[in-house]
Amino acid sequence: MSEGPKPASENPEAGRPAEPAPLAPAGQAEPGAPAPPAAAAPKPAAPPAAKPAPKAEPKAPPPPPGPPDQAPPADLPVPGFVTALQTGLPGAVEHVSFWVGDWTVIVGAPRFAEACLFLRDASGCRFDYLSDLTAVDWPGRPEKRFDIVASLYSTILRQRVRVKARAADGEAVPSVTGVWPAANWLEREVYDMFGVTFTGHPNLRRMLMPFDWQGHPQRKDYPLEGPGELLMESPQDWLKARQAAVDADIE
Amino acid sequence: MQTDTPRPMFDTDELVINMGPQHPSTHGVLRLILKLDGERVVDCDPVIGYLHRGIEKLSENRDYTQIVLLTDRMDYVAAATNNLGYVETVEKLYSIEVPRRAQYIRTILSELQRVASHLLWLGTHAADLGALTVLLFGLRERELILDLFEEYCGARLTYNSMRIGGQPWDVPPGWARKVLAFCDVQEQKLPEYEQLLTGNRIFLERTRDIGIVSAADAIAIGLCGPPLRASGVYRDVRKDEPYAAYGEMEFDVPLGTRGDTYDRYLVRLEEFRQSLRIIRQGMQGLPEGPIMGKVPRLIKPPAGETYHAIEAPKGELGYFVVSDGKSVSPYRFRVRPPSFCNLQALPQLVKGHLVADVIALIGTIDIVLGEVDR
Repeated sequence: MSEGPKPASENPEAGRPAEPAPLAPAGQAEPGAPAPPAAAAPKPAAPPAAKPAPKAEPKAPPPPPGPPDQAPPADLPVPGFVTALQTGLPGAVEHVSFWVGDWTVIVGAPRFAEACLFLRDASGCRFDYLSDLTAVDWPGRPEKRFDIVASLYSTILRQRVRVKARAADGEAVPSVTGVWPAANWLEREVYDMFGVTFTGHPNLRRMLMPFDWQGHPQRKDYPLEGPGELLMESPQDWLKARQAAVDADIE
Repeated sequence: MQTDTPRPMFDTDELVINMGPQHPSTHGVLRLILKLDGERVVDCDPVIGYLHRGIEKLSENRDYTQIVLLTDRMDYVAAATNNLGYVETVEKLYSIEVPRRAQYIRTILSELQRVASHLLWLGTHAADLGALTVLLFGLRERELILDLFEEYCGARLTYNSMRIGGQPWDVPPGWARKVLAFCDVQEQKLPEYEQLLTGNRIFLERTRDIGIVSAADAIAIGLCGPPLRASGVYRDVRKDEPYAAYGEMEFDVPLGTRGDTYDRYLVRLEEFRQSLRIIRQGMQGLPEGPIMGKVPRLIKPPAGETYHAIEAPKGELGYFVVSDGKSVSPYRFRVRPPSFCNLQALPQLVKGHLVADVIALIGTIDIVLGEVDR
């Protein structure tokens, strides 16, 4: 096999970041990031990758401890909306990431809605359009299992940014339905698929799965083939009970 | 009318009725719980998920090349644009350079697809409102596009027509001439639809001032594609964030002024002409060269994540892909379906209108339930 991760390097801005840049005001890299060759930012003492036991498939490698969230190269100018957020809401931005042309700001989960509101209204940001809101499950990072990822676009300034918040399992994230009504169904889908709850959501119900479904299918420990019949309370249980009654009757 | 004496014989309770999931006008398995006051809609609650196949979860368990064919099954009347959005996302994540000829072929295919999708939309929308002829006309022209696709990739509905890094096939001999001939035919047929609908009194009554969305509301609720442009918002991913060969194409973005159902019809009708313009430019300026870029045998992008959006016929189709750098399948695969986000605006659109207008409004936002539910 003559393969190898050798992306064509014609696109200069898409190259891997060369050296880390301590852009976060608190100088704090994210905990539990795997050490990619470039991101050698100072790390807290938290042991990276506690190697949780493989859950779903025995042959699968342990889940990765988290996204790399590469820091931007030092020579790349930071766009105005990132610095505006850093100065406008001091302490909210935990980390800034840049990868293949996309900027991502990582904020604390309690300040997610606040940061989104700032990005919508502040001059130089004006992210008035919520393109997408979703989540990523990182079971290898149990202390902050979920990434809530919002992709924003500005129809006024024609720019994009991603906002990311990390939330623990069971931790409620402030809803952004007050910022963009478009978040309504997207947050419902995240709740449905990941079990992340949003405080302040007007109507947090399941979106795609049946209303009495148990479990959250997009979690990594949820089996691909479904829960089987045991997890379902109804109607399979009901059918089984009925069948048992019929069998008993025949006998 | 007297107001002081209540009329005890009539009950004025609100009535909750269920429309769908099996209903000929809901374009698939869409269920609407409507709360009615007489014939007026007070509230509407769409219930979706009947066609949920877990494409996101499935994709996280398949390798990158196998996902192309899953994307066909989302918006199954516009499979080529689904393919395009996905392969471009992986190319962006992997920094793969795609040859110019392949970019042009992709652009032509996705514009043909836009015409086909709009034709089906036009036909079903008009048929919902009682003009069955337009449906037959639309399907007649769509058939020509399906023939072109069949000649290119062998399939008529789920094309699987793009690969990561380029195109699997070159343009068949004689195809260019047929595509240009189709453009001429389609251009001639457009006045036929306009003759049937644009000045049609019934059509005007059914669509004018129905479901008005202001520009600010449209942005806030997350409308995308033609409904957003019909509200007067200049937003087209092809112009704002050019992908494939759209940066080299000349075309206009039609905008509406009132944001009602009639404007959404006019915007899409003008998009036919712009799409034909792009197809002609692409076909005539098709550069020579390879159709496949340098792609490793095993697609395994470095760890990272990206969001990439294209302008599908229904609106902004975005893919968010996370790679962990170790696996041959994406760690997280997320689709931002335009139909889903447009359908979210339906309760806002139908409030205060008649039940019959609900049919018109489902038609005007142009949903495909395979994409809403994935």
